[in-house]
Amino acid sequence: MASNKSSLKEKLISSSLSFTLFSVLVGLITGAIALLIAGYNPLEAYGVILRGIFSKPKYIAWTIIYATPLIMTGLSVTFAFRTGLFNIGAEGQFIIGALVATLIGYFLNLPPVIHVIVVFLTAAIASGIWGGIAGYLKAKFGIHEVIATIMLNWIALYLNTYIVMLPGFKRPESESSYKILDSASTMILKGWKESEAGIQWLSNHPILKDIFKAPVNWGFLIAILLAALVWYILNKTTLGYELRSVGFNKYAAEYGGINVDKSMVTSMVIAGALAGIAGAVQVTGYTECVSKLAAMEGYGFDGIAVSLIGGNTAFGNIFAGLLFGALKYAGPNIQFALNAPAEMVDIVIGTIVFFIAIPKFVKMVFTTFAKERGEKNVK
Amino acid sequence: MLNSLAFIIGTTLMYSTPLIYTALGGVVSENSGVVNIGLEGMMTIGAFIGATVGYYSGNPWLAFLAAGIAGGVLALLHAVASVTFAADQVVSGIAINFLGAGISLFLSRMFFSGSVMTKPISLDHKMPRPFNNMFAENSFFDLVLNQYATVYLAFILVLVLWYVLYKTKLGLRIRAVGEHPRAADTLGIDVFKIRYLAVILSGVFAGFGGAAMSLAIVSNFRPTLISGHGFIALAAMIFGKWRPQGAMWACLLFGAAQGIAVYLGSTGIQIPTQLLSMLPYVLTLLILMGFVGKATAPAADGVPYEKGGK
Repeated sequence: MASNKSSLKEKLISSSLSFTLFSVLVGLITGAIALLIAGYNPLEAYGVILRGIFSKPKYIAWTIIYATPLIMTGLSVTFAFRTGLFNIGAEGQFIIGALVATLIGYFLNLPPVIHVIVVFLTAAIASGIWGGIAGYLKAKFGIHEVIATIMLNWIALYLNTYIVMLPGFKRPESESSYKILDSASTMILKGWKESEAGIQWLSNHPILKDIFKAPVNWGFLIAILLAALVWYILNKTTLGYELRSVGFNKYAAEYGGINVDKSMVTSMVIAGALAGIAGAVQVTGYTECVSKLAAMEGYGFDGIAVSLIGGNTAFGNIFAGLLFGALKYAGPNIQFALNAPAEMVDIVIGTIVFFIAIPKFVKMVFTTFAKERGEKNVK
Repeated sequence: MLNSLAFIIGTTLMYSTPLIYTALGGVVSENSGVVNIGLEGMMTIGAFIGATVGYYSGNPWLAFLAAGIAGGVLALLHAVASVTFAADQVVSGIAINFLGAGISLFLSRMFFSGSVMTKPISLDHKMPRPFNNMFAENSFFDLVLNQYATVYLAFILVLVLWYVLYKTKLGLRIRAVGEHPRAADTLGIDVFKIRYLAVILSGVFAGFGGAAMSLAIVSNFRPTLISGHGFIALAAMIFGKWRPQGAMWACLLFGAAQGIAVYLGSTGIQIPTQLLSMLPYVLTLLILMGFVGKATAPAADGVPYEKGGK
């Protein structure tokens, strides 16, 4: 019995899930301390945030809508990470995916379901190529993927603005493109909920009516499917085995007859496609267009944090993405409700990631606690 | 024609400056073996603290110094994680970027009644321009040399850092720790101490870089002010092969693209500035692909050192 207990304790100490939960806790406490120092009541602030996530069905829907692209860019980063590559370029791949989705969604005239499929395929291919460039540059010229993807992010940003501003695509009197056609939309029952019959039906179903006030779309479902797909590729296929072994030890993999160069390109193509799908979901399910970007929007960078908080596992991304989406959606509420700085959220996220970076420290804390408890038991 | 050239050179110098400081920060840190992706966050907090102290004290030099200290303090966190606790340095750097932006905006809302933009520093309290009024207005030399003091300091810092890294004992130690920490340890060099020093210095420089932006190029801090410049500086450092002078040239290239874009914008020539803005990034990739040969990082760059390890 005793040995059973200690092995459970050891398991807890060594498991990455408890590290993550500990880091999340420290992050939330740090946010509370920051608020305290700034002269706000942290309990009140967290209360506002929690109510902002859960108090209405609509809010939950919005949280999920916020989380969806982050789960996908997180998956992109995770996929590359597991194969030994650091994809800082999810940002640029997202931009390319969103851009191509809008172009195909606006200029091509196809029947409803087929249009959506074509939009997603082309967006995935385009951003897959975009990510693949970084993989190719690394494989062929030894250019570190971090620098290549940083460069590609900026090229994507300016390319997006250049294309958005082209006559024929730019909506007059705005800094955005035309909106995609309805046939390319992934919003759930978009036309119906605005139709008379829809309005009538929804007025009898208040909860659904509330949910449908948010632009609910199929994106979250796609995100879960993609997480399953990533898990499957990584863990159940030969390709995944090869990619992971390259990530684990490049030289051993090469010795084992795996084409390392090809693996790098493949990995970045898949990572790019995942981030591109995030862009396509965002456009087809929410924004319906792309705009001139003055600065990076951060979907890719937030995806890095999501991937890290999710322990670089496919399904971990879903939970980390939801946490992140919730904080991003409901965090600003403390600004309106309490006049407290909403940037507390970034401090929370930063702290979580910081503690995830130092498992050695966390382990130390855990073992110290375990020891003290042990000593007490002896007395 | 000559004046146009002078205008372009002048703007190039101005826009390169924040990048040079920050890239030099990257050079120090990575030569000691610590990857610093957190430069962006350190630059952001430097820009914010610089603008805030500048606004409240009216003393640009005090503001500049405070920015350096703020960057250094944030870098200390990175050092604790990556040196003492053998953290994944990239992950720690990502955390620093979130913290840098978060803390800056958080404090901004506290000090500037809920605004994420700091109040502008009055013109007399901006960085001084040592060669102001020395040349006839809009003459060639005026356009090129009438720069903020931060511009000249940046180039002096390049020289100083080059000298320290390659001509002094301290520099030798920094590089030794970055190339082969175990050997350095055997020779009695305190690997941890040197790395702490290098990482903190990198934060100080990045803080200066941010302040060079918020105290000279513009006169306040706002959320999009740094947006990505820290990452460009990081790229410039790699582009410049982890050397101070190399990083400087790379920063000048990025600055020049911006200078030319500004110039073309002012002339109303219908060249899409977006395509022009892409140029330095495309060039960087092309040049890395083969024109300068393979760039190699310090051997122990990114590898945590653990005493008594294998």
